[in-house]
Amino acid sequence: MSEPTLTWNLARDVEELLRYRFMVHAFEAGTIVAVMAAVVGWYMVLRRQSFAGHTIAVMSFPGAAGAALAGLPSAVGYYVACGVSALAIGRSRRPGRGPASSARSGESAAIGVVQVAGLALGFLFLSLYSGVLEQLESLLFGTFLGIDSAQVLTLLIVAIAVLGALALAGRPLLLASLDPEVARARGVPVRTLDVGFLLLLGLAVAATSQITGALLVFVLLVAPPAAAQVLTPRPARSLAVSVALSLLITWLALSISYFSPYPLGFFITTFAIGVYLLAQLARHVSPRARDRRPPAPVAPPHSGSAPIPLA
Amino acid sequence: MRQRLDPESRAVPAHADTAGHEPSAIRERAGGTAIELHDASAVIGARPPHVVWSGVDLLVREGEFVAVLGPNGSGKSTLLKAVLGVVDTSRGAVTVLGGPPGVANRRIGYLPQRHAYASTLPVRGVDLVRLGLDGASWGVPLPFGSRAAARRQAKRRVEEVTELVGASAYAERPLSELSGGEQQRILIAQALVRRPRILMLDEPLDSLDLPNQAAVTALVQRICRTENVAVLLVAHDVNPLLSYLDQVIYLAGGRALQGPVEEVITSAKLSELYGAPVEVLRTRDGRLVVVGQPEAPHVHGHRHG
Repeated sequence: MSEPTLTWNLARDVEELLRYRFMVHAFEAGTIVAVMAAVVGWYMVLRRQSFAGHTIAVMSFPGAAGAALAGLPSAVGYYVACGVSALAIGRSRRPGRGPASSARSGESAAIGVVQVAGLALGFLFLSLYSGVLEQLESLLFGTFLGIDSAQVLTLLIVAIAVLGALALAGRPLLLASLDPEVARARGVPVRTLDVGFLLLLGLAVAATSQITGALLVFVLLVAPPAAAQVLTPRPARSLAVSVALSLLITWLALSISYFSPYPLGFFITTFAIGVYLLAQLARHVSPRARDRRPPAPVAPPHSGSAPIPLA
Repeated sequence: MRQRLDPESRAVPAHADTAGHEPSAIRERAGGTAIELHDASAVIGARPPHVVWSGVDLLVREGEFVAVLGPNGSGKSTLLKAVLGVVDTSRGAVTVLGGPPGVANRRIGYLPQRHAYASTLPVRGVDLVRLGLDGASWGVPLPFGSRAAARRQAKRRVEEVTELVGASAYAERPLSELSGGEQQRILIAQALVRRPRILMLDEPLDSLDLPNQAAVTALVQRICRTENVAVLLVAHDVNPLLSYLDQVIYLAGGRALQGPVEEVITSAKLSELYGAPVEVLRTRDGRLVVVGQPEAPHVHGHRHG
């Protein structure tokens, strides 16, 4: 193919972008992945499970390397490794007794060990496979070349399943994320939702990391939702903003990496970080943040000096 | 405020100004039994099981404001969880709103202890209150047809209840921007939004300054009276509550005492409960100080700043 060049004619550039089938597939896959990652990531950020999400993402690397070693399609490796690690993390979570923070700190140590072991296994598999180094790079940092229509279809099915499950369980999951004890008292199956969400996260990560690579999947999962949650406190609106930002980042990164010699992962990461930083900046200069009033004083109904505590 | 002391009349203003609520709420007899424990015990953990308290007899009526007191680890929060049916109370009898615990949880408003990360939640107060209304329902609420009407009704109810707790001015702001007292009001609104018959608050005064402690207590008492709700409020210190309470439940040493403050918090009663000499002192302005209780060497004074 001739070297693609960027002009200032937008219509021509788009035409140039979509001239090849592989690029159309890349856009299709990128769009699906961007929407799914933005929605699942929104819950992940809200639930403060970014570390779990990152670990599942890293586990997709030994998964894919192991699949290559075993002569299986790499997609199988992605889904199996991410699903298994999601279940393992779910099992390591103690059912909510005591404050959520202490339950999560014990969890994070276990997750950290799993993560390191996963990376080591991945390198072992790769050296046993004695494959070319090129593969390591695309496993870790992603590629948009060579996505076929079967892969796009698989992505679409996974995305529909994941988004459908989230649509069904969205509100109870939100309540369980914000307020597990109230949710439990109201009969929401908090524990099932915990594990179920990790499984959805595993599916989304496995799908996303085939495009962005094991190390950079995290960027799409965390940056758009985190930026959206900074920008607006309305759940529905910030979910929509998250999806919009994710699409913007993915489309822009795909387009620019097509016209440039640098890898896709670099552009996705750069734009995602840029969006997050801009959101933080916007919050600090927004009028709402500036005219933040001090809390209203409350009239004391009775004047009393400090009471001596009664245990 | 129309507020008489006989339980029969308490319900009248509540039903007059809250038209359109669930018919089940009307059927409840005013002053009827909300919570009853008979020779009950609470067991947590399986290996080994730990009996938190046992042989406990309690009776809480609708429209009663009851404080749950006692030293750390005496099972105050466990009592609330027993009422919710999330703690094993298979030994003994527990009746909640006429049935076994856990069955009528939709009609119980619950505010758990210490919302550790409420202060950083990226949602607005109204969103949290709204989740109290329909957060346990599955599926996506789409704004079509009859759903649209239900949505408007839900929105109105959220506005009504934030007004009731005096949080309208800041309910649209993110929780992270609210003070402790403002957050507590939002959380109380969340617990109240489904018009519960029982309201259970686990240390709602914790980490509030004195004016806010008094204001939140006054608010809870007003709701208790006007909505005819039975209130169980867990507290470390009875003094901010003294002028509002109907009764106290005092837990210590695996057992419980219930009654009006002046009958329960006495040297004789508490000594018997603790099984060790305990002295209750009353200051000139009416505040109570318990001296010498064996199980609470770490007094909770630091919490009140």
